[in-house]
Amino acid sequence: MSTTATRETPPASPAVFAPKVLVFCCNWCAYAGADLAGVSRRQISPHFRVIRTLCSARVDPEFILHAFKQGADGVMVLGCHPGDCHYIGGNYRTRRRMALLKVILQQFGLHRDRFRLEWVSAAEGEKFAQVVNEFVQRVTVLGPSPYRVHAPRAPIYRTVSGERGPHG
Amino acid sequence: MGNKISIALKRGASCVGCDIAVVNFNEDLFTLLSVADLVFAPTLLDVKYDELRRMPDKSITIGFYHGAVRNSDNEEMARVMRDKCQILIAYGACAHMGGIPGLANVTTRQAIFEKVYQTTLSTVNPDGVRPQESWRGDRGEELTLPRFYEEVMALDDVVDVDYYVPACPPTRDMNMQILGVVKAFVEEGTPLPPKGTVIASVKTLCDECKRTRGEKVTVERLHRLHETMFDPEKCFLDQGILCLGPATRGGCDAVCTATNMPCRGCMGPTAAVTEQGASMLSALASVYGMTDRESSMSEEEIEKLMSQVPDPLGYFYRFSLPKSQLGRVVREYPLGEYAVRDTTG
Repeated sequence: MSTTATRETPPASPAVFAPKVLVFCCNWCAYAGADLAGVSRRQISPHFRVIRTLCSARVDPEFILHAFKQGADGVMVLGCHPGDCHYIGGNYRTRRRMALLKVILQQFGLHRDRFRLEWVSAAEGEKFAQVVNEFVQRVTVLGPSPYRVHAPRAPIYRTVSGERGPHG
Repeated sequence: MGNKISIALKRGASCVGCDIAVVNFNEDLFTLLSVADLVFAPTLLDVKYDELRRMPDKSITIGFYHGAVRNSDNEEMARVMRDKCQILIAYGACAHMGGIPGLANVTTRQAIFEKVYQTTLSTVNPDGVRPQESWRGDRGEELTLPRFYEEVMALDDVVDVDYYVPACPPTRDMNMQILGVVKAFVEEGTPLPPKGTVIASVKTLCDECKRTRGEKVTVERLHRLHETMFDPEKCFLDQGILCLGPATRGGCDAVCTATNMPCRGCMGPTAAVTEQGASMLSALASVYGMTDRESSMSEEEIEKLMSQVPDPLGYFYRFSLPKSQLGRVVREYPLGEYAVRDTTG
């Protein structure tokens, strides 16, 4: 008898909104934190996908705009705590860029809670789970991104590529 | 005539500055006319749209389309141009990336009509009259107007484009470069560049700019051009004046910065990126308000600092909003509730 039989399966009803959340994790802190959350068996809402980058400063604002274009309902960037960057100052650059990006995202008409920058260390598996759960919860309440109607229908695992084409 | 080629010049949502840029060939117009016949150019010649429609398909060698695609007439004529021309060039910033008309994508068709036909101070319109696409008179005659689209598009959003010539408008040197390519193609059979080429530099404007740049740059405060006595030799960004040079494609020979006007970004993003706004955002965030107490600043202080940049969307995407990743502004929440700045007026 399988022990997994008692686990809850996610509801299949189309009436329930299942958001698509993209989480950029830096290799040295946040991704290790995500790993820890996994091996510690933290319960995390399944509606997020992780993209690992070497540093949170590698996350070009263009990636985030592209994610929204592809129909992401929310995007998070997770990096090392200020002062703890593997590359000494990468996350200071990140927070400056992301602060300015937040202004632009709001000008584009997106709710400010659809984007979040957070610091998660390699030891903070619990924080990773908590931050992701909170964010998914908030985005679920906000509903589908207004860019979804403009965005092409994205398959579940679509690569973030640099191709340019007519915006749909 | 011999083996002369033919050229057509068509405008879309445009200020016609690009037509004037062609006239700006001056005496070199004769060089152009020695290799090419100008067969269709409504601004410069007495021609009618029907004449273009009656021409056989692919009978024109090179078509230059300038201006954005704003209404159904623009789109239809873009398709006609595509059918009639062997090579179609998106000429100028508007056809390339949407240009200044593309900034209309911060608002909606309804809001534009409301403003233009109702709320401007000089408008008296008690009956709320709006342009109709079709109107039938007493004697059964029908008058039509093109459909005004919800958003502005670039040329390659509606038809296949072979080459792009950015800038607002393309400079004389850029035109001479195109003329050289065309002349070599016609007279010597030199192959044309690969399809999709943007006929300009692949590097940034800063690469061409003659102004001197400091080693370690920090911008204390942002100034508007008229608010400060700036050094005409030094980099604009170093002096706290927003200049889109770091995020903009070169090829225009930095004519604006050479005459003390900061770059507005009309050449579009560089070859390596798709997003002019995102590149400028990164460039500005790296220099603005950089002090040695960076590490002791809180997240809130950083956010406060960055929110002082006036209208980043309007400035960074001035010529490229329709071709940016998101393409247009949507409204998720009532305006003003969360918005840091109201850009729609």
